[in-house]
Amino acid sequence: MRDLTDRALDTAAALGAGYADIRIVRRLEESVGIKTGRVEGVASGESEGFGVRVLVDGAWGFAASHVLTTAEADRIAGEAVRIARASATALREPALLSERPPARGTYETPVMEDPFAVPLETKIADLLAADQAASSVEGVTFTESMYAAQREWKTFADTDGSYTEQTITHVGASVEANAIDGDEHQRRSYPDAGGGWNAGGYEYIRSLDLAGHAGPLAEESVALLSAPQCPSGRFTIILDPSQLYLQVHESCGHPSELDRVFGTEASYAGTSFLTPDKLADGFRYGSDLITIVADATAPGGMGTFGWDDEGVAAQAVPIVQDGIFVGYLSSRETAPRIGRLSGGAMRADGWNRIPLIRMTNVNLLPRPGMSLEEIVADTDDGLYLSSNRSWSIDDRRLNFQFATEVAYEIKGGKKGRLFKNPTYTGITYEFWRSCDAVGDERSYVMLGTPNCGKGEPGQTGHVGHAVPGARFRDVQVGVGRW
Amino acid sequence: MRDQRAEDALALAERAIGHAERAGATEAEALVMAGEAALTRFANSQIHQNVAETDASVNLRFIVGKRVAVASSGRTDDEGLRRLAENAAAIAGVVEELPDWAGLPGATTAQDVAAAYSRATAEATPEWRADGVRAVIGAADAAGVTAYGSYATDIETFAIANSNGARQAGTRTNAQLLTVSMGPNGGSGYAEAAAVDATTIDAAAIGREAADKARATQHAVHVDAGDYPVVLEEYAVVDILDMLGYLGFSALAVQEERSFVELGKRIGSDLVTIVDDGRDPAGLPLWFDFEGVAKQRVPLVDAGICRGVVYDSQTAARDGVASTGHGLPAPNPYGPFPLNMIMSPGDTPREDLIAGLDRGLLVTRFHYTNPVHPKLAIVTGMTRDGTFLVEDGRIVGPVRNLRFTQSYIAALGAVSAVASERRTLKGFLGGVVVPAVRIDGWTFTGTTEH
Repeated sequence: MRDLTDRALDTAAALGAGYADIRIVRRLEESVGIKTGRVEGVASGESEGFGVRVLVDGAWGFAASHVLTTAEADRIAGEAVRIARASATALREPALLSERPPARGTYETPVMEDPFAVPLETKIADLLAADQAASSVEGVTFTESMYAAQREWKTFADTDGSYTEQTITHVGASVEANAIDGDEHQRRSYPDAGGGWNAGGYEYIRSLDLAGHAGPLAEESVALLSAPQCPSGRFTIILDPSQLYLQVHESCGHPSELDRVFGTEASYAGTSFLTPDKLADGFRYGSDLITIVADATAPGGMGTFGWDDEGVAAQAVPIVQDGIFVGYLSSRETAPRIGRLSGGAMRADGWNRIPLIRMTNVNLLPRPGMSLEEIVADTDDGLYLSSNRSWSIDDRRLNFQFATEVAYEIKGGKKGRLFKNPTYTGITYEFWRSCDAVGDERSYVMLGTPNCGKGEPGQTGHVGHAVPGARFRDVQVGVGRW
Repeated sequence: MRDQRAEDALALAERAIGHAERAGATEAEALVMAGEAALTRFANSQIHQNVAETDASVNLRFIVGKRVAVASSGRTDDEGLRRLAENAAAIAGVVEELPDWAGLPGATTAQDVAAAYSRATAEATPEWRADGVRAVIGAADAAGVTAYGSYATDIETFAIANSNGARQAGTRTNAQLLTVSMGPNGGSGYAEAAAVDATTIDAAAIGREAADKARATQHAVHVDAGDYPVVLEEYAVVDILDMLGYLGFSALAVQEERSFVELGKRIGSDLVTIVDDGRDPAGLPLWFDFEGVAKQRVPLVDAGICRGVVYDSQTAARDGVASTGHGLPAPNPYGPFPLNMIMSPGDTPREDLIAGLDRGLLVTRFHYTNPVHPKLAIVTGMTRDGTFLVEDGRIVGPVRNLRFTQSYIAALGAVSAVASERRTLKGFLGGVVVPAVRIDGWTFTGTTEH
């Protein structure tokens, strides 16, 4: 690898780059998809290539290729410099990078049971057992089960003297049951509609016990067909971790990305209401119970690594402390604009994409005191919402609307009957300020999403969210008519 | 266009088939996707990201009897192809049979669409894209607003070969310029163009459209959520077609009972006619699918009546019909997809659409839409970059963005006017050709602060 990295960096520097970095990435993927007992999609994939990013007189250029030769390294480095000079023709503020020590070393995701070494027969059999447990329930129309694993070998080098090698492994799996009657389509999934995902090995898949959960969730999907429509009005709601993690993702993770704040995602995903004046003013983001940290060192999180894709060491960055907004997800270019050093959140989706500010593991920390069950017991009248079904939020991350797969009525501290088609909506900071109970460690679980979209050309990010359950007061529930 | 890139890709696909057959496949299909993609991105009226890539990959479907495996690789040398075939063979050795596996499709003839390729787009340089970006920024500067956006030019080569004799290969180009302009006092505007030939995109005009709207949306005021008649610009209409394609116009969605489609059922007003046509030069043509089947023109909605769905080879076999040429790369749990949806124009001049609104809203585009109730096609999302109150057929002024929760099927049924002009835009997965429309009822369910 050294031959290739040295060649690309030397060529870029010789052509005028004041800074250059290169990432060589090999990605291995495998997946199993089952629909109602049919093993329909078993696939493996391999991708390899390199990308060179250069800064020439404060203007950025990037080029990438799947051809791993020194001659191609010369060509791509030259192309990146040419692109940077084209960028310079429409440049108003040259990019400046914050200082950081050169990154050197290796990192590897801790893995107990290598998912790529587990026999494929075992993985198919485990998934089939879960799928069959769901599909055998009377009234289920179809089931879908999924297993996937991804491993990346990533070498990073730059003209500051950095050289790191990382091996990152992520795994995920899910089972879902769908029940359909006329126009009514009800779905229940476990551990989440997009799957439970972790950094780790097959031990995580085993820990999910998909087969053990499949039958009850399938029965619930059928029961939802005849359940009453979720009522509309202002309610106390308790969010299960399977929904709360996405609430954190959309209404805290994305708005705290500093590139969005400075407008560099405006043309696609939008901007952010968390403007720098709110950092200076100590903006109240949520109630005193809300503490959120972007922690790239959290065990099991898909946002855990040794260094980000600018060679900044993994770290835990406070975003909200006791309800007060205190920090951003940031990069070497954006952090100096708020007088800080990079928080190490630059991540790229493979060899052919530039790093962008991405969530690492944006975690809502648990609060000692009440378990999730005790929060339910402490609630006289409300709704318990579980498992995301739909999500949407405006381009400044203020007005959100979520749907969940199921709502359980809470009366007198007990979960009761099911409601179908629950939705809830609100304004981000009003919602988080209405939180009056956060679960303790007993419900704190690492979840995440493997399909966080951002950037042009599009990138898909793997990000983590550890959350407990939590309670919110006076929330608008039941939106729309059907 | 069947150029040298396409011939090289087809030769690579055929080599991959040979390796698969030597590794024991009874059927094999190789899909080669190669290309050169470049994108110049700008924000705060300057270029801040600027990228290019060269890529090629082989996706191999490897079948032994009724055991189906898929493997893909970026390695295109013989050793890489041999390993790819071995990986696929190993998977095929352990998967269960698909009892209703219908086999790979046979050969079909797909006439080349010359209009899918532009030499000017293929030869676009970073300097050329920067020229376009500077034209957009110039328009923003002149209006006193700030420009954000991207300018992409792509060359895409696809080749498919299978052991049943299917052979397809072609190269196409496309370009997309989009911009958001943001001005003082909360103003925001959007404009976009997509084309096979980048030289047909008038960057300055796109810049002016967005900048003018950013000026016009300053000092937006609150309006209450509720039911309003609306005029949707093309940028919003494309979301309706995309979402309906995703939720319902797929044979697999119908077979799994999750689609709203019932052939012969009215789902739109008489003014709504939608087809999928990968050969129409008005769109971004692709004349064969990712299984190597020639694309058919498929009427989806004809004068409001549901007339068809798109098929790939496996869903077609289940229904005893021929594939319409809408397969996606394997493995594909989503089923076939209409990549080239085209909505027929109406007879109302675009600028006259709002004349039919006594009190309603003009919406430029939607943001972050997502199904709430898929089978009823109930979708939630926000308005963005230009929402206006219209009274007595005239724009009164800008309003803050609103959230909607609305059945897109019900919306098709309430279409009361369709513009006589159309735009080509990039949709979720392909090129979409759409007019602006007037819809007599749209349910807004929330508001926001901007």
